[in-house]
Amino acid sequence: MQTTCPTCDAAVVLPEGTEVSEIISCSECQTRLVVEAVGENPRVGVAPAIEEDWGE
Amino acid sequence: MITLGLLHSTIRGDEKLLLQAAKSRDVEVELIDIRTQLFNPDTYKVNFDVALERSISTVKGNYAIRFLEALNIPVVNSSEVATICEDKFLTSLALTTNNVPTPRFAMVFTLQQAIEAIEQLGGFPIILKPSLGSWGRLLSKINDIDALETVIEHKDVLGGPQQKAFYLQQFVDKPGRDIRAFVIDGEVICAIYRHSPHWITNTARGGKASNCPVTNELSEICRQASHAVGGGILAMDVFETDNGFSINEINHTMEFKNSEEPTGVSISGAIVDYCIQVAKKR
Repeated sequence: MQTTCPTCDAAVVLPEGTEVSEIISCSECQTRLVVEAVGENPRVGVAPAIEEDWGE
Repeated sequence: MITLGLLHSTIRGDEKLLLQAAKSRDVEVELIDIRTQLFNPDTYKVNFDVALERSISTVKGNYAIRFLEALNIPVVNSSEVATICEDKFLTSLALTTNNVPTPRFAMVFTLQQAIEAIEQLGGFPIILKPSLGSWGRLLSKINDIDALETVIEHKDVLGGPQQKAFYLQQFVDKPGRDIRAFVIDGEVICAIYRHSPHWITNTARGGKASNCPVTNELSEICRQASHAVGGGILAMDVFETDNGFSINEINHTMEFKNSEEPTGVSISGAIVDYCIQVAKKR
């Protein structure tokens, strides 16, 4: 699966087994991305910023 | 076949390991992004036997747990466990009232109270932490009164209500490491050392993991601590002191992806196995 980075337009390859809501990094601009869709029309967006109550 | 409802927000490497572990055990998984759920008890349809709460957001995760428990769905971990473990002050209270060794602590709301409490706790340096928080964020090692005044003034002026409750904890001088023990239903399944020259050893802050042998002493204190907070699936941060082990904090939605390799233990598999047990008890 391949899509493009919303920040720098570089190609982003999603390996087999990638799940929606997974966080990845763009290999070109290092932006943290969230997988928004997989399958025939894969899509990524900029990942949400870390919030105060995030953690273990 | 058992269906596991995996409550999540972002999918981390930990959740991917859980998905693999479930698949290898023929456990069906329903991925439930809690950010997209409409938790209305009149309309919510439950298609799973047991829920595993893995939300990265503590607040949203807690509401999801409470909601499902109200519908009589078993959730791992329970709201009882989550309520205690999300809050460092409540965790310390639970440990102390159950006679589990833990660093001395106090909760204060003003600078003057903090000065008095620090004297009672043995003086500087002292650790000041947000009672709610994770990944080693906003921890302060305060070495003197000047720094104390500064940190408290900043929190008073800039912080929200939660940041104005000051959890103080005795500073424990660690031997360049602490221990993270993975505990399921009271039993330590494995443990790692978290090495760092910094006083904060969280792996999220750069601490390096290596295998830690599970001794009888470690097993026993973790068993007691698990009982104190209500059991379930827990990750305990343990200090080594001259007087033996001391439980620092307990995490109830632990991250473990970097601990399976050094320990050689499938933590994800043990978590799924525990969920299966809980579902079968239903």
